[in-house]
Amino acid sequence: MSTWQRGTRADTDLPNGPAAAAILAAGIGCGALGVLAFAGDASDTIGKALNFYNPSGTLSGVTTLAIIIWLAAWLALYLAWRWRDVAMGAVNLASFALLAVGFLLTFPPFMDLLQGK
Amino acid sequence: MEISTRDLWTVVHGMGFGALFMLAFSGALAELYRLSASGAPAQSSGREQKLLNFYLLAMVILAWLTVFTGAYIVYPWYRAVPPAGASDLADYPRRLLLSSGKTSEWHNVGMEWKEHVAWLAPIAMTMVAYVTMKYARAIAKPQYMRTAVLGFALAAFIATGVAGAFGAFLNKYAPVRGGSVIILMEGEQ
Repeated sequence: MSTWQRGTRADTDLPNGPAAAAILAAGIGCGALGVLAFAGDASDTIGKALNFYNPSGTLSGVTTLAIIIWLAAWLALYLAWRWRDVAMGAVNLASFALLAVGFLLTFPPFMDLLQGK
Repeated sequence: MEISTRDLWTVVHGMGFGALFMLAFSGALAELYRLSASGAPAQSSGREQKLLNFYLLAMVILAWLTVFTGAYIVYPWYRAVPPAGASDLADYPRRLLLSSGKTSEWHNVGMEWKEHVAWLAPIAMTMVAYVTMKYARAIAKPQYMRTAVLGFALAAFIATGVAGAFGAFLNKYAPVRGGSVIILMEGEQ
């Protein structure tokens, strides 16, 4: 990783850190959505705890927490990487893996398979 | 010609925001691919970039409006609980679907997947818009973010397609009904 000095870089030569932060945070948000959806489905206790707004039920807690996790991860990664170049290959790999987790853990037949239903 | 408030909100959610968002994908994917393709000009004009930024920003707003109206306006009507002993379940779509083995999987698979997977789209598109607006043509540079931008845009498209398709089917088998009536036009008879 290389570190960029504030004020010395040209706009056409931005470090990739801010983009990497946004990409990995999106993966984290998608993965969190899947994990929370699965947890809410698998456990009555967690499902009830995620019922933030009764008319929408567990969905309200799942999505609210996923958004909070996504934005918090984005902010933390942005602050850590804003002046740096990071290895995009590793960031992409982790992000796509988390995106796949998001898709799989929101797919009811896969949720049922994991729960042995 | 009349429509109920719940019908109207369902149309606003699905056709107004969701379908418009879905339609915008063809243009966005083509433009993102063109922007990041190896043979593309090194600099796109300021006007082209501004147009793409506006386009992506509009998509992000539509994506968030779609999921929020769905989860907090339409979904509560869908999952409303009927009073004990109710035999007519027409106003309770979830219970109506679950009342028969022929329709229950529309809820157990269709709605259960749709209600969650749809939220991947606005998260992914927000990232795509941010990165594209910040880096423009530079997303195509080696070791940069072209793969992630195109991949997440495609994932958002798939998530929206799943949610939209199940939404259309669910609205066919168990539409959200009720609410006050809005008269749009009076007929002669």
